[in-house]
Amino acid sequence: MIGVPTLTIEEFGRRLRAHEITAEQMTEECLRRIDVENPRLNAFILIMADQARLQARDADRELAAGRDRGALHGVPISVKDLLDVRGTPTTAASRVREGRVAERDAAAIANLRQAGGVFVGKTNLHEFAFGTTNEDSAFGPARNPHDPTRSPGGSSGGSAASLVAGMALTTIGTDTGGSIRIPAAACGAVGFKPTYDEVSTGGVVPLSRALDHVGPLARSVTDAWIVYRALLGDTTPRPLAAPPPRGLRVGVPRAYFCDVLDDEVRARFEETLDALRAAGVSVDETEIPHANHIATIYLHIVLADAAAYHAMTLESMPERYTAPVRLRLEMGRYVLAEDYVRAQNGREVLRREVDAALAGHDALVLPTLPIPAPPLGVDSVKVGPTLEPVRNMMLRLTQLFNLTGHPAIAIPCGRTSGGLPCSLQLVGAHKQTEALLRTALACEAQIG
Amino acid sequence: MTIDEWLEAAIADAERRGLPELKPILETLARATRALRGADFNDDASDTRRSAEVSPPS
Repeated sequence: MIGVPTLTIEEFGRRLRAHEITAEQMTEECLRRIDVENPRLNAFILIMADQARLQARDADRELAAGRDRGALHGVPISVKDLLDVRGTPTTAASRVREGRVAERDAAAIANLRQAGGVFVGKTNLHEFAFGTTNEDSAFGPARNPHDPTRSPGGSSGGSAASLVAGMALTTIGTDTGGSIRIPAAACGAVGFKPTYDEVSTGGVVPLSRALDHVGPLARSVTDAWIVYRALLGDTTPRPLAAPPPRGLRVGVPRAYFCDVLDDEVRARFEETLDALRAAGVSVDETEIPHANHIATIYLHIVLADAAAYHAMTLESMPERYTAPVRLRLEMGRYVLAEDYVRAQNGREVLRREVDAALAGHDALVLPTLPIPAPPLGVDSVKVGPTLEPVRNMMLRLTQLFNLTGHPAIAIPCGRTSGGLPCSLQLVGAHKQTEALLRTALACEAQIG
Repeated sequence: MTIDEWLEAAIADAERRGLPELKPILETLARATRALRGADFNDDASDTRRSAEVSPPS
């Protein structure tokens, strides 16, 4: 188990400006943690120690000279190795991209650099973000800080591990079916997917351009807000204020979303709902009538989109993919156009149903992951009386909101008896991202 | 093309391309496609089957 004290961005910023700590000291602490933890967790593909030290010293010099870039000034950040950081390789955890070095920053990274962020390294992921366990990586699997025999979730698994093990104060991930929220849930962090198309995906290796999102993993909802605003180019966001819990109204879509849950995940979820009710939050039941079609709709879209992107390299260098990812990509080449259209039609139906479920509610609430972090190397897990495929379980509760584009955030909500994190997911209305984060902040305070 | 016809052709193509290990995942995809085609939001030119509207109500 990990137990190191770790600062939030908010607290680091306060101490930085009170001259209690410097950006260089914070960066050195993260680099020290990387030295200690990375051999155990394999969270990083590239450690950028020299560049990070230079950036941190510059940040301290600027602050001493009176130039304060805002809330991310001097903050050590790790970046999923799917986003371009100028002068470094973007491997996507694949040998397919060997030798490719980014000439410029991804748009989101450029905003973080402008905000004063210090990049400590590029993090491990499921190859090309096409998986949820982080097992299929050209660099070996990233591991869960709470139990290295288990998956950190994916595809942004190295990012979550780097954050939770104290190797960065925040981390940037991508989310096509849950790849920010799933590892956040598996590792016990906050993971936030903004509304679709809010944060630029320019300079990010795509999985499905229709479903891809960029967003932060962080130690608190407030930190997620700070990083989200920086990703948009706002370096001095107004403070995020929580509304009083009494007056908040959330909807729980139980059918499908609570049908298949690990017993302890279910218990933590119900306890969380009880805590919200006790604080005065109104908790209603709601429904997504076509929820049973989510997985099939998602599968036909993501497979076909990914296959289109990879078609050339599947022909020219198939041996460079990990075998499982290659096979899934090849599967996408057999999706018929008419079925892709059917899936897009189903997506529209789901989008309207999520809008309808949100009507009159500040957020939908549901678990993020139906199971605790699974052991590495297993294809299926027992959930109640049945054996379920790990991949289906990992995506089951998150992929809907990639199809519909609604903003969604995962926040920790207790642990299993074995010490593994459980997570609550809140979903907000389209383009009402700040309102969702305010609701999440209010809920975070009640969950503790 | 029916799903059975599609699956037969896809498996034959995969084997021709030296990818026989695709067979079980193509069978999985076929099951998913069957479920997708059975959904009530699918278009039906005879307008006799669909119950969930894809387009928003006008």
